[in-house]
Amino acid sequence: MSTKEWPLWEVFIRSKQGLSHKHVGSLRAPDAEMAISNARDVYTRRSEGVSIWVVESKLVSASDPKEANEFFEPSDTKIYRHPTFYDVPDGISHM
Amino acid sequence: MDMKNINLEDKEREFQAKIDADIRIEPNDWMPDSYRKTLIRQISQHAHSEIVGMLPEGNWVTRAPNLRRKAVLLAKVQDEAGHGLYLYSAVETLGADREDTIDDLHSGKAKYSSIFNYPTLTWADMGTVGWLVDGAAIMNQVPLCRCSYGPYARAMVRVCKEESFHQRQGFEIIAGLANGTPEQKELAQDSLNRWWWPALMMFGPSDENSKHTAQSIKWKIKRETNDELRQKFVDVTVPQAEMIGLVIPDKDLKWNEEKQGYDYGEINWDEFMNVIQGNGPCNKQRVDARRNAKENGMWVREAATAYAEKRQAKKAS
Ligand SMILES: [Fe+2]
Ligand SMILES: [Fe+2]
Repeated sequence: MSTKEWPLWEVFIRSKQGLSHKHVGSLRAPDAEMAISNARDVYTRRSEGVSIWVVESKLVSASDPKEANEFFEPSDTKIYRHPTFYDVPDGISHM
Repeated sequence: MDMKNINLEDKEREFQAKIDADIRIEPNDWMPDSYRKTLIRQISQHAHSEIVGMLPEGNWVTRAPNLRRKAVLLAKVQDEAGHGLYLYSAVETLGADREDTIDDLHSGKAKYSSIFNYPTLTWADMGTVGWLVDGAAIMNQVPLCRCSYGPYARAMVRVCKEESFHQRQGFEIIAGLANGTPEQKELAQDSLNRWWWPALMMFGPSDENSKHTAQSIKWKIKRETNDELRQKFVDVTVPQAEMIGLVIPDKDLKWNEEKQGYDYGEINWDEFMNVIQGNGPCNKQRVDARRNAKENGMWVREAATAYAEKRQAKKAS
């Protein structure tokens, strides 16, 4: 038995109420509860958080960085999704 | 040239173009093997330095002069453990096995910062270590916050936030002694005498003898050379010593108006190489302590695993 069998956990921290959890790093622990208490000691020693999520790294599915250009291309070409695309006559305010 | 090599060259060119454009490299991005290897070596050595770095200060936790100093020292040493963990996590994102890198430290294959092979003989050393050793570490780590490899850079941002307290608490100790009784002042000066040169060596070999520097700068792993960082450190530290009435143990140290920096004496590189090669005053003691911690602490890991399994079984039933 060794930590080789301890899974890797990704750690997410909510820094204060009203903000979303943000990825801060990872650690190894034998189970979720110990991962959470280790995350408290490793990532919140200076009140950096009010809530912690841990997710086993192997359960995270990710987009492929090799395909990133093609994958995100559809939104690159749709500049009309941005407010700056539109002409608003001078003198119009609150828009 | 076959297709495979053409592809590799294209990929390497693309990779360097990203680096040149200051686009960070993330774990699953393509990277040259040599870039990966360089990072694994550098980040794991950095991680080992944080962990081994706990030992010289851990030596004084039980003998801190009062409760305030003791609580501060404990918090500082605990931070260093955290720094080691951030860095081992960063090294794992490169596909390295954490336990293998630790075993490389224990077998003597992997290096760590030469400074931690010097003994902490007096309480004043707790001041000097925080002031100079953490001070030099900050000098090294601030440019690493802009390192081209994302996870390393992010770890460094966390580390740098925490380091400034380390340096301040050390300076508070040394300034207190320097302004104390003649005996206390002597303790402070003696400590500075012993740590000054090893602290300068922390920046590594001089640029003309540093085999990795040019490539690391091209890859933006490093942003400044060893000698540039060392010069900066000398320039900020000398006035601090003067302010508290301590004398830097270097007879060649003098202000150079033209370069707007201090000239300093020749570093004893033989001593540096000797310590790196394992012959410093505490090398054996440090590695033994780490090996001992792993071997005799294994039951804690095993107990945690057993506890997790038991809890899992209970949930399932
Ligand atoms: Fe540190
Ligand atoms: Fe530190």
